[in-house]
Amino acid sequence: MSKSLLRLDKIQKSFTNSEGQKRLVLDEISFQLQENEVVALLGKSGSGKSTLLRIIAGLELPTEGTVFYRGRPVLSPAEEISMVFQNFALLPWLTVLENVELGLEAQGMPRKQRRQKALETIDTIGLDGFESAYPKELSGGMRQRVGLARALVVEPELLLMDEPFSALDILTAENLRNDLLELWTDKRTHTKSILFVTHDIEEAILMANRILIFSSDPGRIQIEIPNIIPFPRETQTEAFRKLLDQIYTLMTISERERLSLAKARIKTTAVTHPEYAYRLPDVSISELTGLLEAMESHEVHSKVDLPKLADELYLDVNSLFPLTDVLDMLNFTKIVTNGNIVLLAAGKEFAAADILERKHLFAEHLLKYIPLARHIREVLDSKPNHRASKSIFLNELEEFLSEEESERLLSIIIEWGRYAEIFAYDYDAGILSLENPQ
Amino acid sequence: MLRTVHYQAPKTKTEKPNLWDAIAFIIILTILAAFAVAASQMHAPYQVGKPIEISLSPTALPGYAVNTVLRMFIALFFSFLFTLIIAPLAAKNRLAEKLIIPLIDILQAIPILGVLSITVVTFIQLFPNRLLGPECAAIFAIFTSQVWNMTLSFYQSLRTIPKEFHETAAIFHLSFWQRFWRIELPYATPGLLWNTMISMSAGWFFVVASEAISVANQNIMLPGIGSYISVAIANSDLTAIFYSILTMLIVIILYDQLFFRPLLTWAKRFNNTENIEDIPHHSWIYKLFAKTRWLKTFSQWCGEITDFILNSPLLRFPKIELYAIRPTYIYAITWFWNTVLWAGCVIASLFLWKFIRQTVPIVEIQHVFYLGAITGFKVIILILISSLIWVPIGIWIGLSPKASYIIQPLTQFLAAFPINLIYPLAVTLIIHFQLNVEIWSTPLMILGTQWYILFNVIAGTNAIPKELLLVAKNFSVKRGLWWKRIMLPAIFPYYITGSMTAAAGCWNASIVADVLEWGKYKLVATGLGSYISQYTTIGDFPRIFLGIAVMCFYVLLINRLVWQKLYNFAASHFVLEQ
Repeated sequence: MSKSLLRLDKIQKSFTNSEGQKRLVLDEISFQLQENEVVALLGKSGSGKSTLLRIIAGLELPTEGTVFYRGRPVLSPAEEISMVFQNFALLPWLTVLENVELGLEAQGMPRKQRRQKALETIDTIGLDGFESAYPKELSGGMRQRVGLARALVVEPELLLMDEPFSALDILTAENLRNDLLELWTDKRTHTKSILFVTHDIEEAILMANRILIFSSDPGRIQIEIPNIIPFPRETQTEAFRKLLDQIYTLMTISERERLSLAKARIKTTAVTHPEYAYRLPDVSISELTGLLEAMESHEVHSKVDLPKLADELYLDVNSLFPLTDVLDMLNFTKIVTNGNIVLLAAGKEFAAADILERKHLFAEHLLKYIPLARHIREVLDSKPNHRASKSIFLNELEEFLSEEESERLLSIIIEWGRYAEIFAYDYDAGILSLENPQ
Repeated sequence: MLRTVHYQAPKTKTEKPNLWDAIAFIIILTILAAFAVAASQMHAPYQVGKPIEISLSPTALPGYAVNTVLRMFIALFFSFLFTLIIAPLAAKNRLAEKLIIPLIDILQAIPILGVLSITVVTFIQLFPNRLLGPECAAIFAIFTSQVWNMTLSFYQSLRTIPKEFHETAAIFHLSFWQRFWRIELPYATPGLLWNTMISMSAGWFFVVASEAISVANQNIMLPGIGSYISVAIANSDLTAIFYSILTMLIVIILYDQLFFRPLLTWAKRFNNTENIEDIPHHSWIYKLFAKTRWLKTFSQWCGEITDFILNSPLLRFPKIELYAIRPTYIYAITWFWNTVLWAGCVIASLFLWKFIRQTVPIVEIQHVFYLGAITGFKVIILILISSLIWVPIGIWIGLSPKASYIIQPLTQFLAAFPINLIYPLAVTLIIHFQLNVEIWSTPLMILGTQWYILFNVIAGTNAIPKELLLVAKNFSVKRGLWWKRIMLPAIFPYYITGSMTAAAGCWNASIVADVLEWGKYKLVATGLGSYISQYTTIGDFPRIFLGIAVMCFYVLLINRLVWQKLYNFAASHFVLEQ
């Protein structure tokens, strides 16, 4: 019978911006973590999973709810929990050895003893020979090894990792992941459980016993998937492919539900919340075009296999799903189940067209399906001089969204609008207009 | 697989000293002995009015130089201490921040040489019948010229520590004390060191000006290069002036070689950006010390002692809890504090007004504002002229690696050179050619601070991406277009920073540059500087206060209305993103 290490009870987190508007980033998160488990938190960036990890680490407090570690509420960093950071967070002025010693130093361990212990850990993690090097002399992979050694030397029961391999190249990440898994399966550390955040679906399947899929806006646990594939796991096996397809489907469906949910919410509260004030994913035109072209060439039986496409284009969850969302909104594609996507007629036409025809098609769909673009165009059309300050739209949006989000939204729509040539924008004056620059 | 090679802990057993130890010891002992002798003089008895004999013999100069350098380092020590205490306070406590940061802003604008007369009187009363009083006043003047930018630099660094470093400290349970020494101070070291060097350069100007001061018709002369020069001026002794300039050159070379070069070499490890261009700091003294054996063992002991102090259980202050106070209380406290601060401001202004109005009529106050406007006009003209000269030269140096290699150390040296040493030469020229004082004394104001424009233009040129210059070449962008579209926009943000610093320095220098003396000659230019300077000699405190307040007002006003605006414009339009 495994014992429970960590219990999250209805965690909620919202941030308040300078104007007092609240933004909910985590909603009703409850789960338990048992001993001898590796659990992955999988989701897109901006789904609040890193925030959740920081709440568990005791670096931030939740707005509502409590984190319990072995029954005790976590209000500040707990002694038994340690963490590995995405960008390593090594202190550049300390040598590898001194960096690893940091946690022991804080515990007040005598100099000799802590040096001994740090050297042992450095050995285990495969860093020997680099003890006196400074972090800037090391490659990314070696740096993250120092990050791991620093976290493991204090013998934590629970190890938290925030996208630990995402700053590394593919080969290095794989190498480091395998080494960590070996340490774990051979029980060469004192660590009882690992909880890590990732946006890489394959990584989650390779490492975790349990995968918690996050949906964004606000971050919620969409679904929990057990992973019983025995170690060592190979990406080419049948079981692996099956799980991969399953997760892709779940994530695309959850995205679609979220979108339609957002639309529904707008409809029900239409009086106060205009149609144009909802979030758009931050993607660029060239990415959209590139993906459409790739889809056209990957089309088999008028369907595109999303996991396969993502694999070939080296797109992770973070970059793929925002793109498919936008294509879906613009009615260029349609997402269907089983991780497949269908190119619609307009999408095919776009992929085959030349630069000017693409602009026309894009402008047409932009005005038809993206309410914010339509709204801006209507305002500009209605003005006698066809000009309007950006701040007008910013103020409109800020009634419903945060300042930061409004800025982001406008900069996205300005990029799209400029490409489609449905309006022009003068950066220095901050003015949107229908005229071409002189 | 067997790993046979293991990490060897550094050996701690004592070894025999080598030749390098001997040389290092001689250097250290010489410096210590020189300072010890100089320090003992500081405590000598002294009566106000009794003149201290200053010998014009060149053999006396090395001794005076040591005195002057000692003052510099004492001031530097206190600046450092102040920085280490005040900056963290401002960075970590929002209430303290609201008081400290605006206060430093104002203090920076206060003319140091104007305040000197006030502080001298205070310190003489603190240590009656001791030379320590005037000594403290001189050191305090140097301190005020160094400390503000050091404190601001440390404060800025503390505010910009990456979030992940804070999180690392929290995750591994570093105490308040350990955090400071392991994360905060090392992170701030490169910026702090750079600003300390700038401060030191600025300090030479003030140490020379503050050693010989006439307050309330009393001539106080502290043994030092500054006094030597002032006696030389009084005696119209050109040879002595030449000797003192030579001594100053040697002193600046020595302090750079013995103090800053080794420090810079040592501090390279704190550069936290990986791909910062590694400027090779060669330091023979650092290499020498690295080769010693005894001293290495000594430094290991130091390491162990540091380790002990750093991790001492006595200093394990309570760890910081996430949220100690409720937001509503914070709101109430902030409100209360703001009220106290504003009330303090109003009361201080009223007090100052009353003090000045005791003896000064309104008409004179208007006149002082008029004088301030004249000085302000001079500063603007000077900045324009020196920009015309230094911007093209700076760009030329920046574009040519060979020129940078030769000229950059030279200009750094020139920046440190206390330019007030050559004022007497200017006087002789003005008298000899019978030039107009109002015009020809003006350039002296900017001689010391023009280098900031040059430095920043060079830095800006170096920061231009090579691709941009290649593009210009490729499209044969030349002459007017090359300046208008490429060089000027690219260096603009740097240029603004440089001129801002140069302008601030100009105001300060006007106090010395407006009144020039040479033997029996005395040349006075119209301006706020001469106003403050003249009343300092007489010791008329309400008028000194008035002069300082008006100068402070102008500096702050111009900062807010001109420089700040230009700076923001530059930041939003011309900053090259990497």
